[in-house]
Amino acid sequence: MQFFFEVLIAGLLSGVMYALVALGFVLIFKASGVFNFAQGAMVFFAALTTVGLKEEFGLSLWAAIPITMVVMVLLGIATERIVLRPLVNQHDITLFMATIGLTFFIEGFAQLVWGSTVRKLDLPIQDVPIEFVMERTGMLISQFDVIAAIICAILVAALAILFNKTKVGRALRAVADDHQAALSVGIPLQHVWAIVWAVAGFVALVAGLLWGARNGVQFALIFVALKALPVLILGGFTSVPGAIVGGLIIGASEKLAEVYIGPYVGGGIEGWFPYVLALVFLLIRPEGLFGEKIIRRI
Amino acid sequence: MSDRKIGDVILKAENISLSFGGVKALTDISLDVREHEIRAIIGPNGAGKSSMLNVINGVYTPQEGTITYRGEQRKDMNTYAAAASGIARTFQNIALFSGMSVLDNIMTGRNLKIKSSFVEQALWIGRARREEMENRKVVEEIIDFLQLQHVRKTPVARLPYGIKKRVELARALAAEPNMLLLDEPMAGMNVEEKQDMCRFVLDTNDQFGTTIVLIEHDMGVVMDISDRVAVLDYGKKIGDGTPDEVRNNPEVIKAYLGAH
Amino acid sequence: MIYRESGQYKTSYINDSQIFPIKQDRYAVLAFIAFAFLAVPFIATPYFFSAILIPFLIFSLAALGLNILTGYAGQISLGTAAFMAVGAFAAYNFMLRVPGMPILLAFILGGVCASMVGILFGLPSLRIRGFYLAASTLATQFFVVWCLTKVPWFTNYSSSGVITAQEVKILGFHFNTPEEKYLLVLAIVCVMALLAKNMVRSTVGRSWMAVRDMDVAAEVIGFRIMRTKLTAFAVSSFYCGVAGALFAYCYVGTVEPEAYNLDLSFRILFMVIIGGLGSILGSFLGAGFIVLLPIVLSYIVHVTGLPNSVTSNVELMVFGALIIFFLIVEPHGLARLWQVAKEKLRLWPFPH
Repeated sequence: MQFFFEVLIAGLLSGVMYALVALGFVLIFKASGVFNFAQGAMVFFAALTTVGLKEEFGLSLWAAIPITMVVMVLLGIATERIVLRPLVNQHDITLFMATIGLTFFIEGFAQLVWGSTVRKLDLPIQDVPIEFVMERTGMLISQFDVIAAIICAILVAALAILFNKTKVGRALRAVADDHQAALSVGIPLQHVWAIVWAVAGFVALVAGLLWGARNGVQFALIFVALKALPVLILGGFTSVPGAIVGGLIIGASEKLAEVYIGPYVGGGIEGWFPYVLALVFLLIRPEGLFGEKIIRRI
Repeated sequence: MSDRKIGDVILKAENISLSFGGVKALTDISLDVREHEIRAIIGPNGAGKSSMLNVINGVYTPQEGTITYRGEQRKDMNTYAAAASGIARTFQNIALFSGMSVLDNIMTGRNLKIKSSFVEQALWIGRARREEMENRKVVEEIIDFLQLQHVRKTPVARLPYGIKKRVELARALAAEPNMLLLDEPMAGMNVEEKQDMCRFVLDTNDQFGTTIVLIEHDMGVVMDISDRVAVLDYGKKIGDGTPDEVRNNPEVIKAYLGAH
Repeated sequence: MIYRESGQYKTSYINDSQIFPIKQDRYAVLAFIAFAFLAVPFIATPYFFSAILIPFLIFSLAALGLNILTGYAGQISLGTAAFMAVGAFAAYNFMLRVPGMPILLAFILGGVCASMVGILFGLPSLRIRGFYLAASTLATQFFVVWCLTKVPWFTNYSSSGVITAQEVKILGFHFNTPEEKYLLVLAIVCVMALLAKNMVRSTVGRSWMAVRDMDVAAEVIGFRIMRTKLTAFAVSSFYCGVAGALFAYCYVGTVEPEAYNLDLSFRILFMVIIGGLGSILGSFLGAGFIVLLPIVLSYIVHVTGLPNSVTSNVELMVFGALIIFFLIVEPHGLARLWQVAKEKLRLWPFPH
């Protein structure tokens, strides 16, 4: 039983990290209806840029992070301007495919600049079990995971405030509801989109740092980011709480499945389990846990 | 008008109620349609006219009520059964297949007449080829009838609004329907285009004996061409009868003039 | 002057629905096919066959399959490579386990197996659309490759998970050299492209496009959405399955499930986007483009003396940029550019 909880908690905590990636998707989807497949590549690019600045230019981590942040914001704005603005009002599949193109471009660009080797990213957080939990219950809970969860919680709270309490947030929600209407009451649509892409770039940076520290900064990060897709299907594409809950469910269930079902079928089911889970879920509740039900009219 | 014979009731909707979430679109509406007649449904915006058409051909499923079409009573129509039993329609916001040519769009209207399987079609042999040609012939007749010859091979996305409406009518006619549901066929047209469309609707009714259910805003048109008119307001039926009866119905006058 | 259609009147509907209604087109295509069958075997080098022509034809076939699903029926798929894998491994097992199995039949059965997997994973498309469907096809991609890796029966208990394709032999004739394999692949691709063209010009093709353009209207007209979508999945997966089998038997020879990975799926999607969504010709143009691009790039890198590692990254960037470029500037891809060029040629050299 204790083992079960250990797996469950490890799963939930890694779910937090999925949620972090999914958050970037939700932000952009809410504001512009674009499913940004490149969010994973942005995570990878952010992590690689931070490490690159640190190693190649000998900057300290605290200098590298702000510079990367500027780079990410610029990347976000450039994407909005070069890729998405010319595609406004196109079919959502077209936009989706454009972001696949963007993914490849960012992947190539990141590796062209920083090389393709796997790099190690050291954050000043130790990946060791928390002692007092171990003493009290005997469970191994990583300090790193817990801090990641806290960072994630702060980020979500900050985004909630941004969305609900500020003028920018109000504009964001208006744009999310109806582009035309928002435009007609004088909300500068393109500014808002630029802000959203910049924020998504920032979220990608946070996710990239945490994931990079955990798994090493490498190409495979992009595949980790793909897991955000089932997370979003569970949580609904437009819901921030949905992204969190979906992330937790996916994280916990894939770890549990790997540990309890894996041995019977040869292991490695982590790779596809979240997708199949999401697929089954889609058949039952296509709008996700927190998504709005879509009524199609003609 | 010619001496066409209006037959018995072929479609009967009884006590239809439809709501979306908490919003009531239709409340306890009963409506019948006789064979070969032109039946209009009018009413202010949001009165539930389009919803009524959508119930008749099964796009929406009403919570209450039944639909009887040619003696067969159903709790709800489904779109396939409606199409298969000869109900065709056009849409308020043109619903053409924008990536296809006019010819292909109209050909899709013939799909229920196709018996060959996709394997036969892939091999382009025997029945598949013959069917394609037979249907093409019917479609060409409709193209002539609606005067669409000059745009036959044009992608529909490039056509002007009025022609698109006509292509949509052509697609519906290609199915050789018994009953045609027209959702605002003349909306947004200029006088000339309206006259053309009126003529096509009357000709269709006249030449093929097609029963027509029509939603229209232009009162002049409606009163001129319809045999009977039903009036909806806020999802309820407030009047029904010949154009003259409806014109003199106090409820209808109230709804239209806004007098209290 | 040469490319004129004046004077060519259609006197029957059957003539009007020919694949190439303009005479010059018809002759040009026939000449091209004749050239591919009769002349190319004498002029191409073995390298040219095995590094360019064979992969080009195989990828064209896979792109054609995906184009049926995505371009014609409007259902996006990121699992193309998975269907190819099913085709390859099914064909392998039919050859292995059924004595005297003719290889062409094994290819077809491989395609049929891919079809069945396609229908299974296409079922969610009845309830979901757009990128939701993309997620579902990603499930196909990961699940199928995992299955083929983990169940040793599929790879005949090969310890490395690699299978070696059996010899290709039809009616006693052995297809061993690249040249012979090229001819076999060319014949199969020609036949299947013709069948695809027939489908898209008849009712089944129109049903796909109708569902793609406006599914509610399609339903009201009497198309059965479920049947239409599943037919598209079945046909598309069949094409991908056969392409996958050819990939194993006529191109690489030995293959592991991991060869049919997500990257390959993306590549084929790119061929379809760059070549032209909803165009048979586009599938070929796109495949040619994607096969040639890395070769050209590595040549440029070689000539300019840049380090070799640059090639693959520049390739990624060029792919990505081209996808975005085509989606913005010409969503119908190379096929449309070709068409525009032909329109110009109709009037040339007298512009009025």
